[in-house]
Amino acid sequence: MRHFLEFEKPIAELEGKIEELRRTTDAGGIDVADEVGKLRDKAQSLLRTTYAKLTPWQKTLVARHPDRPKCLDYIRGLISEWTPLAGDRAFGDDAAVVAGLGRFRGRSVAVLGTEKGNDTESRVKHNFGMAKPEGYRKARRIMELAGRFGLPILSFVDTAGAFPGIEAEARGQAEAIARSIEAGLDAPVPFIATIIGEGGSGGAIALAAADRVLMLEHAIYSVISPEGCASILWRDQAMASTAAEALKLTAEDLKRLALIDAVIPEPMGGAHRDPEAMLAAVARQIADCLDPLLPLDPATLRGRRRDKFLEMGRHAVA
Amino acid sequence: MNWISEWALPKIKTLFGAPREVPENLWHKCPSCEQMIFHRDLERALHVCPHCGHHMRVGARTRLDYTMDPGWQKIELPKAPADPLRFRDQRRYSDRLKEAQLKAGQEDAVLVAHGAIEGNRAVCAAFDFSFLGGSMSAGVGEALVTAARLAVLQEAPLIVFTASGGARMQEGTISLMQMPRSVIATRMVKEAGLPYIVVMCDPTTGGVTASFAMLGDFHIAEPGALIGFAGARVIEQTVREKLPEGFQRAEYLLAHGILDMVVKRGEMRATLARIISLLRMPEAAAEPAVLGGTIALPAPEAGASAVQ
Repeated sequence: MRHFLEFEKPIAELEGKIEELRRTTDAGGIDVADEVGKLRDKAQSLLRTTYAKLTPWQKTLVARHPDRPKCLDYIRGLISEWTPLAGDRAFGDDAAVVAGLGRFRGRSVAVLGTEKGNDTESRVKHNFGMAKPEGYRKARRIMELAGRFGLPILSFVDTAGAFPGIEAEARGQAEAIARSIEAGLDAPVPFIATIIGEGGSGGAIALAAADRVLMLEHAIYSVISPEGCASILWRDQAMASTAAEALKLTAEDLKRLALIDAVIPEPMGGAHRDPEAMLAAVARQIADCLDPLLPLDPATLRGRRRDKFLEMGRHAVA
Repeated sequence: MNWISEWALPKIKTLFGAPREVPENLWHKCPSCEQMIFHRDLERALHVCPHCGHHMRVGARTRLDYTMDPGWQKIELPKAPADPLRFRDQRRYSDRLKEAQLKAGQEDAVLVAHGAIEGNRAVCAAFDFSFLGGSMSAGVGEALVTAARLAVLQEAPLIVFTASGGARMQEGTISLMQMPRSVIATRMVKEAGLPYIVVMCDPTTGGVTASFAMLGDFHIAEPGALIGFAGARVIEQTVREKLPEGFQRAEYLLAHGILDMVVKRGEMRATLARIISLLRMPEAAAEPAVLGGTIALPAPEAGASAVQ
């Protein structure tokens, strides 16, 4: 069963009708191939027009779609010889952050990401992608490891944000995030971050202080969730869609503001409708970004990365 | 109009009405113990309650006056674009910003100054919580980067006094990007071999804590300051547990290994001066040694002769 979002209702109805007609045909009833074909065209064109003009709030819902490919899907599809690594060497292992080594198109790389899980069991296991200090400390450890062995770093970001908990605060959540940002900025190797779903505030930038930050077409990247922003600035969670608009959290807006480097187009109807095509597009874009960075020496890489972040927000963008 | 309304009524008003206004102007109520404090006493006590020791919030200028030697100089900061997202909630962000600028007499939430602390050269950046909650804007990022560059140029330590609610939502992801930007600022200072000291004041939360504030060579906080990443309400709603006593207060962070020390406002200047001089003048002239709080024992010969 495909999961439909609220705004996809008309599409769901059409697709339901197609399914129903097909079943009557299969049951030996009258041949309705013509009718099915017409309906399918209609559903496709409705999908196209709907997704061509998604509002920022609708994109937020697509970015959080339960069927959307997650960090581990990208790792399974893009990384061979995947060798997961665990632990922060101080307190524990945080499954919200996935880290390890593998090969991307034959080249050894270090891989990092936040994993939300795709069913109840795995969501609980990965704490819904909300990391604790040990998660960010593991990320930092792997980034330092990558630097030591000259491995490029690839990260896949999909998180609502860092976990807000008593223990997380007691163990220095803020410090862990700060150090992870620092490790990314200091990495002597190429670092490419891809925001695949939700780029939630400090928990996202902790894994995205990169040379190139890529964003999927319907992903979001924001300093606060639209709901959080609405409840603080409008004192009303119901204003989330207005807040989403105001926050300029879409890939298109962030590219225009020069806060990200590239937008990766999604298959018609979102990444979850064709994960294979999505993974292929992400792999192509990462490869395109990685190639020109590989010959650069550590000082040049670091220097350019710093200059890029230092420029952010300094100039008004029309 | 007669003499009653022209002369007697105002007189009576002065006699009976005016005293009611006096507490507002001359007396302050401690937000912690609720005792009344005469304004001159409060100023003399550096805005620390003489009854309960509660450290009240102070503005950036006052903070610099309390910490730096007289004659510190404010640095002009490069201007960041105002309202880059043309953000509007119930009010326009550009209006909120203008209002805050007029009220505070400064461009954004951080004041950068150079001068000395007990004769030790220093560059200081102080947050003003009253300026839109000390939130991180591109302008704040600009201030921190400028302060770092100035410290490197002057070969002076950088001291940042934080007081911030975190991100400035009205600048969206630009505000988020001030986290890596401010981290780069700390790297510049450290790479130049200069001390970077963070003094966390009430409150220091969110993106400020999760970036430059937690990367100091030294972490100092004022007593009772609220310091943390996530807001208490958000944590309570997420974990559905009662928060422990003193949670996210300076003393709690000290106990959890996140701070080096909690220092009273009155001792901040001397503490900072001592740290700077220990690092910057490692071979200062020998002074009478005081070991572990007890006076050093006299030399063995002297001791022996004293016993006889």
